[in-house]
Amino acid sequence: MKRLTLFGTLVFMLLILGACSGDADSESTNSGDGGESTIAGEDLEDATELSFWTFAGTHADFYASAAERWNTENPDKAIKLSIETYPFDQMHNNLLLALQSGSGAPDLADIELAKFPNFLKGDIQLESLNDLIEPEIENFVEDRLNIYAKDGTYYGAPTHVGATVVYYNQEIMDEAGVDIDSIETWDDYIEAGKQVVEVTDKPMTTIPTNWYGIWPYVTQRGSDFFDENGELTLDNEENVETLEFINSLVNEHKIAEVTPGGGNHSEEFYGFMNNGGQASIVIPMFYMKDFVEYMPDLKGKMQIRPMPLAAGSDTKSVGMGGTGTAVISQSEHVDLAKEFLYYAKLSKEGNIHLWTELGFDPPRWDVWDTPEVREDNVFYEYFHDDIFDILLSIKDDVTGINLSENTPDVLSEIDSNIMHSVLREGNQTPEEALKQSADTIRQKMKSAN
Amino acid sequence: MINNSRLNVEEYNFEGKNIEEPPVQKKPNKFLKILNSKRVVPYVFVLPFIISFLILTLYPAIQAFVMSFQRILPGQVTFIGFQNYERIFNPSFFKALTNTTIYTISTVVVLVSVPIILAILLDSKFVKFKTLFRSALFIPSLTSVVVAGIIFRLVFAESESSIANQIIGIFGVDPVSWQYTGWSGMLLMVLIASWRWMGVNILYFLAGLQNIPKEIYESAEIDGANIFQRFRHITLPFLKPIIIFVTTISIIGGFRVFEESYVLWQGNSPGNIGLTLVGYLYQEGIQQNDLGFGSAIGVIVLILIFIVSILYLFLTGGFKRGDE
Repeated sequence: MKRLTLFGTLVFMLLILGACSGDADSESTNSGDGGESTIAGEDLEDATELSFWTFAGTHADFYASAAERWNTENPDKAIKLSIETYPFDQMHNNLLLALQSGSGAPDLADIELAKFPNFLKGDIQLESLNDLIEPEIENFVEDRLNIYAKDGTYYGAPTHVGATVVYYNQEIMDEAGVDIDSIETWDDYIEAGKQVVEVTDKPMTTIPTNWYGIWPYVTQRGSDFFDENGELTLDNEENVETLEFINSLVNEHKIAEVTPGGGNHSEEFYGFMNNGGQASIVIPMFYMKDFVEYMPDLKGKMQIRPMPLAAGSDTKSVGMGGTGTAVISQSEHVDLAKEFLYYAKLSKEGNIHLWTELGFDPPRWDVWDTPEVREDNVFYEYFHDDIFDILLSIKDDVTGINLSENTPDVLSEIDSNIMHSVLREGNQTPEEALKQSADTIRQKMKSAN
Repeated sequence: MINNSRLNVEEYNFEGKNIEEPPVQKKPNKFLKILNSKRVVPYVFVLPFIISFLILTLYPAIQAFVMSFQRILPGQVTFIGFQNYERIFNPSFFKALTNTTIYTISTVVVLVSVPIILAILLDSKFVKFKTLFRSALFIPSLTSVVVAGIIFRLVFAESESSIANQIIGIFGVDPVSWQYTGWSGMLLMVLIASWRWMGVNILYFLAGLQNIPKEIYESAEIDGANIFQRFRHITLPFLKPIIIFVTTISIIGGFRVFEESYVLWQGNSPGNIGLTLVGYLYQEGIQQNDLGFGSAIGVIVLILIFIVSILYLFLTGGFKRGDE
């Protein structure tokens, strides 16, 4: 009995110990989960080992297949590419800390647009890609290169144009009796929306509470969160008007709601959209992949059109979102890594694969009408044949964005404050919300200089 | 004596400790002997803790203090004086402070009062299957909070079909966007914390209850004290040290809260309804790559926890010795 009590006490103490260290425990499970690795070229002898970090499983497959092709074409420079896929936040945090401490970083990494400016601070730990890009620069949609650049040096290889379009659910539009092609301006869109709501009782669209719900509209009106000189313009007149416009869609015209789950990449939203929950969605082209993967019931029902025009602007689309692939300076094989990166993402062939494998609108527009791109594939099957005709028709009207070191701060303010208090709570006017966030960021910028 | 002192010098050089008792035999187990002596052995036992404390707690703490005066970028570390501290007191920080304070107070209230009652029930003769209940209440603290967070997120999802909304629907209440409203966000955090730590606190109180002599209850009963009087005048006073202890660790745990918020919103909560001080540290220091500013927040949190716990211990007489 005594022994039993002793044993019991011991177990109890261990449990308490375990409970006390709960913090540490779950952190290690945090960093332990989700790390999935794919290795390409494993069976090759004397292949150079390269490591790659990404946050998207689809990207991992893309690079793995690029590495396989590279190895068949360049047996003398074979690589063994090990690709680690981590959860979004964790990958960026780990990479930042690895660069900060000077060790432990991979040779190549995918860095998402909203996080990219964080990596352009201090002594930049990424390699310049100018020698790869400059000879062919006229073939690229240049805005897409500039978002990963600082002082004329390109640090990231773009993944897509991210041309923002409107996907209409043809079925709902027909039910409401709206002709999609008659929608030319946002005013038309609102009118059509009212008709849709009246007839079908479904919202015309939903507004995400992250930057997808404001940035495309801001950029379309020729404004941005920063100007070319890096000055914060978050609370300028155009932006206030834009947010008022978005707010009116939700709270005045009642043709829009707040996106279920808060964003277009949440499980709640996929289910909602798939069940025909809303009539249209304003989102960059790359969302095609999400349609094909997560919303099978909408196959053949979606129509792609350029954005409706805003008053006083003829911008039909804006390049949004994106991921820049960078070569890390810590790498022991910088040259080989760059060569592979060119092969996988910057070359003409690489760009064709960006479309055929990932459904991304490739950043090199010189591939947009090549036969390989025009060949039938799942995306044409799901949507319709004129995807790239639409892209080519708006090519010169695609507007880019200005980024600054503090862009991540702006996006975080939008996420956690601006959209929430204006759209959901309605306890701040667009102007108040933008002013308040702008002040917070200005204060931060001032002290950082 | 002279002989001894010579030996002592040797030992002093060897282990860094002065040894009193003379060695009986100069044998190879001299080392073990020193290790086993009454003077040394306590240090040997606490050594693992001391080392891990120095390396994993004290060094980072000092480093964080230094970093809070720096701007830290890859390859560029500069001292910037008090600039990090100057911009700390902004709306987000105060929002975080308010949230954390409300959270701490609520968790302390819930996690002290409810476990006492449950512990008394579990200790009483009237409850059957005590062991079953004890383990059932304890199991949550062994669960990963990440897993718990996912389950809570699903239970309290926004849609009408989520479990929580169906339950309140029975009472005719409209569905609530649990994770997007101030009060419900806080409720969720407190709920996760309470669910998780309830069992541990019950164990503390159960241990305390076993130490109360049964005779006192018996004599009180003979004197005609009813159940509430007995609770008020016997149970509570005897549990006082435990209550103080549990409250103190709850306060410290409350101010350090991070996971409960993180698992629900992954860092960015709508309207910062779930922003905690440590969450703010994480957001600014790690996510926005501003380790200097993050360290400054850490230092402030440290000072805050220190002041609050000292104040609490002082007010409840935690510094007095024994029954003085």
